[in-house]
Amino acid sequence: MTNNPPLKNESLPDAHGYFGDFGGRFVPDTLMAPLLELEKAYDELYGRPEFWREYESLLKHFIGRETPLQHAARLSAHLGGAKIYLKREDLAHTGAHKINNAIGQILLARHMGKTRIIAETGAGQHGVATATAAAAFGMRCVVYMGAEDMARQAPNVYRMRLLGAEVVAVNNGSRTLKDAVSEAMRDWVGNIADTHYLLGSALGPHPYPRMVRDFQAIIGREARAQVMEAEGRLPDSIVACVGGGSNAIGIFSGFVDDENIKLIGVEAGGRQIAPGEHAARFAGGSPGIFQGMKTFILQDENGQAEPTHSVSAGLDYTGVGPEHAYLHALRRAEYTHVNDDEAVAAFHLLSRMEGIIPALESSHAVAHACKIAKGLGEKHLMIVNLSGRGDKDIGIIQKYEEEKA
Amino acid sequence: MNLRETLEKHRAEKSSAFIPFIMAGDPDLEATAQIIEKMQAAGADALELGVPFSEPVADGVTVQRAAERALARGTTLKQVIAMVKTLRGKGVTMPICLFSYLNPVYKMGYDAFVTEAVAAGVNGALLVDLPPEEATDYLSVAKEKGLETVFLCSPTTTAERLKLIDESSTGFVYYVSREGVTGAQDSLPQSLAEKLDKLREMLSNPVAVGFGISTPAHVAQLRGRADGIVVGSVLVRLMEEDPKTAAGAVIERIEQLTGKAA
Repeated sequence: MTNNPPLKNESLPDAHGYFGDFGGRFVPDTLMAPLLELEKAYDELYGRPEFWREYESLLKHFIGRETPLQHAARLSAHLGGAKIYLKREDLAHTGAHKINNAIGQILLARHMGKTRIIAETGAGQHGVATATAAAAFGMRCVVYMGAEDMARQAPNVYRMRLLGAEVVAVNNGSRTLKDAVSEAMRDWVGNIADTHYLLGSALGPHPYPRMVRDFQAIIGREARAQVMEAEGRLPDSIVACVGGGSNAIGIFSGFVDDENIKLIGVEAGGRQIAPGEHAARFAGGSPGIFQGMKTFILQDENGQAEPTHSVSAGLDYTGVGPEHAYLHALRRAEYTHVNDDEAVAAFHLLSRMEGIIPALESSHAVAHACKIAKGLGEKHLMIVNLSGRGDKDIGIIQKYEEEKA
Repeated sequence: MNLRETLEKHRAEKSSAFIPFIMAGDPDLEATAQIIEKMQAAGADALELGVPFSEPVADGVTVQRAAERALARGTTLKQVIAMVKTLRGKGVTMPICLFSYLNPVYKMGYDAFVTEAVAAGVNGALLVDLPPEEATDYLSVAKEKGLETVFLCSPTTTAERLKLIDESSTGFVYYVSREGVTGAQDSLPQSLAEKLDKLREMLSNPVAVGFGISTPAHVAQLRGRADGIVVGSVLVRLMEEDPKTAAGAVIERIEQLTGKAA
């Protein structure tokens, strides 16, 4: 990669929405006006301390932050190596980190005078977070969800409806997250006057990757202060799962300027690294233009999106957030993958070792930590971002194991 | 005549170039080629040829499903370009504009795409999700090799961006008639004709209009107010209804839309 300046987290993306070679704004003309309006509104609010004070007040009183940084003592002892801390985003209101971004963007939507919120969701966590934020601010909410995801994440569909959101099944394409994103974009094009598209991950056209990262950066800021308090020093490594990559970019952002701290993103290895069998963009993908951004995507030789698979609906996505593509190009972060079986095994292990049922997405991060912990030695200090809770996944785990049996 | 000349000729005649859109490869490339061969006689002045893409974010369900059908047949950008070459050999002379999303073109490489397209007899391309702000590299290749460029503008485009869109286009500027995705509709926005008058005054390029134009009455209403009129979804829908009789039905519909029907 040629065009990557030295990393300065706060200064990126550049004025055109680029993180080095990645990002940008690749959308039909009809989406340019709302994106420019959004960028302008966010730039305005970004410089206003009272905006951030209100955001932080909601983080505390509505979401219940800060979330704990917990020493996973039994897990660490069981693995017999690195000292592992868990950043407990599963304890945030609604059960995942997604709410941090939903609250930030709902404040932005209110500032812009929007009264209708639309969102896409994969596992349903972002849909639930958005429905929650919309309910709390008295806004109408429509959530697009792939029909396949609705079937495998039925409890979250019910939760969204309880919160007053309309959940629309998307039956196009592979009927998963990417199709829900496309459908939300189509809705937005037709309703820009009153509607804000509350995109759930650090991806899509500028300014979303920047904005979502900023709203998730609280994870990294808290974790940094907490580990200093607990250990009196910074950690040696950070491990987080990467679908679109918002929880990972959120925690990475707190440590990215300390070059000696290893940042590890864990993608979904699915059944195997072969077309249609996984969602590990850095293992099987290449640069392309997809859903508004230039980034690493899973595509065939003709530039068509390849189908994806993961046991985890939240990681089952064609493209990775552009800032991750940038960190990958710089080799500042390392990207790896674990497969479905390993993630499910980690799901069980954490449940029994620590009394925490992790989301299947987060289980990918736990699984990788389990793989490498022993080899790192007891002096190694690791933080695993536990991005969400796993109650929503109980049905999937049951089915998965019945099929395996 | 290329795209620009064709639209300029219609402007001089106070008429509008009729530009059908069909999806290449729906239901297969052979059928697409057969329809294109008959189009000119039915009244088509130019063709917008859709290249299927897996994530058509600007398209309504009709064109989405057409793209899915074309992709299920394995239709690729290279095959579409090769088909144009064959059609040129068979005497199809109307200008052809490819209508594609960016990624198939990006994956092929701008240089290879433009070179092969021009060599095959493609006149221009509209890359739906490539705004001129992101088009610097593509534009320099297109300019060098002589592929006409077409960019979109819409009711919400600012004057500043409109200027950039006009400067970046060499074929024509495509005005999206409404805030929404592609698809047929019953009536056109009330102020559309006035908006087109204004655009034609402001822009140095000829202006074509599309999205939602679906009936002979729509076409008649806009004739002479835009330099080109694009009709898509209503033709694509005929392919879906009955692929076997679709070729004849599409030609018949084009004749109705252009007033050539007996």
